[in-house]
Amino acid sequence: MGFLAKVGTILWKDLRAELRTKDILTSMFIFAFLVIVIFNFAFELQRLEPEAIAPGVLWVAFTFAGVLGLNRSFVLEKDKGCLEGLMLCPVDRGAIYLAKMMGNIIFILFMEAIALPLFLALSNLPLPWELLPILLLGTMGFAGVGTLFAAISVNTRTREVMLPLLLFPVIVPVIIAAVKATGVVFAGGSLREAGGWLNLLISFDAIFLVVAFITFEYVLEE
Amino acid sequence: MSDTQTDEWVLTVEDLSKSFGHNHALRSVNLRLKRGEFLTILGPNGAGKTTLIRILATLTKPSSGKVRLGSWDLHEGGVALRREIGFLSHQTLLYDDLTAFENLRFYGRMYDVPNLEKRIQEVIRGVGLERRLHDPVRTFSRGMQQRLAIARAFLHAPSVMLLDEPYTGLDQSAVETLRGILQELAGGQKSTIMATHNLERGLENCHRVAILVKGEVKYEADRGSLDLDTLRQVYRRTVGDELWVS
Repeated sequence: MGFLAKVGTILWKDLRAELRTKDILTSMFIFAFLVIVIFNFAFELQRLEPEAIAPGVLWVAFTFAGVLGLNRSFVLEKDKGCLEGLMLCPVDRGAIYLAKMMGNIIFILFMEAIALPLFLALSNLPLPWELLPILLLGTMGFAGVGTLFAAISVNTRTREVMLPLLLFPVIVPVIIAAVKATGVVFAGGSLREAGGWLNLLISFDAIFLVVAFITFEYVLEE
Repeated sequence: MSDTQTDEWVLTVEDLSKSFGHNHALRSVNLRLKRGEFLTILGPNGAGKTTLIRILATLTKPSSGKVRLGSWDLHEGGVALRREIGFLSHQTLLYDDLTAFENLRFYGRMYDVPNLEKRIQEVIRGVGLERRLHDPVRTFSRGMQQRLAIARAFLHAPSVMLLDEPYTGLDQSAVETLRGILQELAGGQKSTIMATHNLERGLENCHRVAILVKGEVKYEADRGSLDLDTLRQVYRRTVGDELWVS
């Protein structure tokens, strides 16, 4: 069985377990829903300029909810020593990182797919299709770095607090680029107009996915 | 090391040390394990038993020293060497939300176990859980989970078994199952290292005993005619009254 097949086996295991319990999806969606509703009442998104405020609200909801999912994905591995079970397997530990990262991307995208229509309805905004690649790139950057930091924080006593403290300073470029690019498409602009921010997202994703893949083994062992 | 020696010693630990900051968990540990040999490592809490087992299982890297599996350096020799190692501790390493079958199939695929479905049936029969094969692990009692953990540890037929306090939390049925399996190990070709603080359990099947105190091997001997009373005296003398709990 090759490297990618092992990645697929770990990913299948995560998806299977999550589809059975829906722990991660439920907690992320409810949190995102609450953030969106609270911001909607606080800012009166429909009356003020929704194009100006909506991108920030949307990404705050997605990243805060995403942190819950990232934390949970490694807490489940920590239970009963399952993370050690994975480390004992004859597979490069990069495969564990890739599988966990892909699982997190799938879970976060699923949460976004449910929360986004709700958000658009509450803020009376249309769905610009140009938003989809921005969501994908932003989520990849967030989950790519987040998976690495979730593996670090899960070994600390204050893991729920530690993850956002470690993660948010590093993903500031992703959040800024995603918010700015989302603002451009909400204002009726094209992806070309948001090109600079998209390039930043692509560069961040590429660099940090490689760095996280390489460093993950050391994170797990120490 | 000559080929003959390499064949004889399945696992060799040379000057192994591990520090966590200023805390020295292991200090220049030297151990050797022959094919088919069963070594029990005894020691009080905090002696470094778990750290040693974790290093042998490639879960932790040593600060210095080497571990050889045959003629290969365990920590430099590539991930394939992990296939030769089986690991059983008081933690089950099982996913609560998957069934027993799904857990075993997952680990079987990760270890490239040939004829996996057949092998799963064999190991699950061995631990007496064939009727619960398709039930989620979270519905199992602690003892049943540990029996399934035994099946998981043996699924890929490793040549070296590492057991870290394997009796912790077991019900009587699981204790008997594990004792039976350890007896088979003691008489078979697999090499086994078991770390425990329980002298009686530790002595049951072993060929050799080592006592680890504050990260150092303070005593090592063939089991020979060593009986439990003698071992108690040796243990008390070795660990000192301060650490001795009768």
